[in-house]
Amino acid sequence: MTSPYPMFSILGMLFGALTIAAGLIWLERRLLALWQDRYGPNRVGPFGLLQVVADGVKIFMKEDWIPPFADKPVFILAPAIIMLTALLSFAVLPVAPGIIISDLNIGLLFVLALSSLGVYSVVLAGWSSNNKYALLGGMRAAAQMISYEVFMGLSLMGVVLQAGSFSLPAIVDAQRELWFVIPQFLGFVLFLIAGLAETRRTPFDLPEAESELVAGYHSEYSGMKFGMFFVGEYLGVTLISAMITVLFFGGWLGPILPPIVWFLLKTLFFISCFILVRASLPRPRFDRLMSWGWKVMLPLALANLIVTGALVLAWR
Amino acid sequence: MEVAFYIAAAIAIIATVLMLTGLNVVHALLYLIVSLLAVAVVFYVIGAPFVAALEVIIYAGAIMVLFVFVVMMLNLGEHAVSMEKAWLTPGIWIGPTVLAGLLLCEVAYVVAQGGGAHMGAGMVEPKQVGIVLFGPYVIGVELASMLLLAGLVGAYHLGARTTPRSEIRNARDTHTRWAAPRRDSVLPGTDRPARTP
Repeated sequence: MTSPYPMFSILGMLFGALTIAAGLIWLERRLLALWQDRYGPNRVGPFGLLQVVADGVKIFMKEDWIPPFADKPVFILAPAIIMLTALLSFAVLPVAPGIIISDLNIGLLFVLALSSLGVYSVVLAGWSSNNKYALLGGMRAAAQMISYEVFMGLSLMGVVLQAGSFSLPAIVDAQRELWFVIPQFLGFVLFLIAGLAETRRTPFDLPEAESELVAGYHSEYSGMKFGMFFVGEYLGVTLISAMITVLFFGGWLGPILPPIVWFLLKTLFFISCFILVRASLPRPRFDRLMSWGWKVMLPLALANLIVTGALVLAWR
Repeated sequence: MEVAFYIAAAIAIIATVLMLTGLNVVHALLYLIVSLLAVAVVFYVIGAPFVAALEVIIYAGAIMVLFVFVVMMLNLGEHAVSMEKAWLTPGIWIGPTVLAGLLLCEVAYVVAQGGGAHMGAGMVEPKQVGIVLFGPYVIGVELASMLLLAGLVGAYHLGARTTPRSEIRNARDTHTRWAAPRRDSVLPGTDRPARTP
């Protein structure tokens, strides 16, 4: 524990992450509306900010139905996994100097491990629903997330090589002179794409493609269980944006403003980028998505790793 | 930390037993995943965080996902559960029980002797793991990479197309040509506007 009041920082981080994730639902609807020349939700509260609260109340009141043909224990477990893995990852996220729940020396690997466990949520949801569309969605999710995880880890190894540590605060400290986005630009682009795929956002939302699979893996979910998938997705977006900030854009580093403000501003910028991508890009075909991952992104990530390794070796 | 070790070890053992005795394949796989996670916690507690992370990333996060993926594709239902029930008769437990009992005796003997290394002899940093892997154990790493390469080549051979892609495309084109003849071959010249000077 690096902070003097561990419980305090844990509660703060939980509250912050969940509030941002819930606020994102409003932000996404407003921004999408802006880019599509509409107003979006603007009736409940100032600027429609309370729309999320209204939606939350509605979703809690709804019937929480478990289909009789579903595998009940797994059906209930699946939405819990996505929230757990997403929230646990925030434990190693350095928000500002000293504000971190646990400074693990394998912080980056911890995040990667949890994101690889997050796959189970979607896969098990698809399987336990006992529904063809859900199963198809779950299988797509499994194939897609395994493929994109491979180069997600590899694209970050360049950063690890340059910083010389897996610890996230150490990686931020190593960027005092130069943000890693400049020497590791290819790594940044690869991680951005892998991050989009890991959070299953458009254009990588094949597991829940509405036009072909009803709602994909969460077709059978209703009430707050569906809400957990929903909030879990936004937690994932927040996490990936925060990771991009920490790994490539110097985390809390920045002039004049206090560190935490810099961190939040940068994270918010990347969250908006995620929403802009959703507003502008269509879905590719599934087989193209897979071959793109294995035949283009993976070799690029390997090449990036080899070149970075050689340069780091030559430098020393 | 010692309490955490014993709890994680107990969870690992219980989950493994439940995995072995489970009738539903997916539930058994979930128990196996829990067991792997518990082993990762054990690794972490005894001071090997790097191995713990790799255990989760590779075993629980990649290999087991493939297992679940395959089981999902097979789509086993109630039928498979009843079949499994028929196979898991008390008789087949004798062999494994005897072998496991022998191992248990051995462990009990070693513990009674007071041998074994100390727990938590110190934290093993990721850097040390790398130095050891590419130092004294480099031959092992190279051999493992050759094994993986063989696996890769084998998978490529099994997955390769028997008919080249171009032939499939030709066959499809011929088919469409016969099904719907092109307009320009039927009415030559009429589809092109006359060029004006």
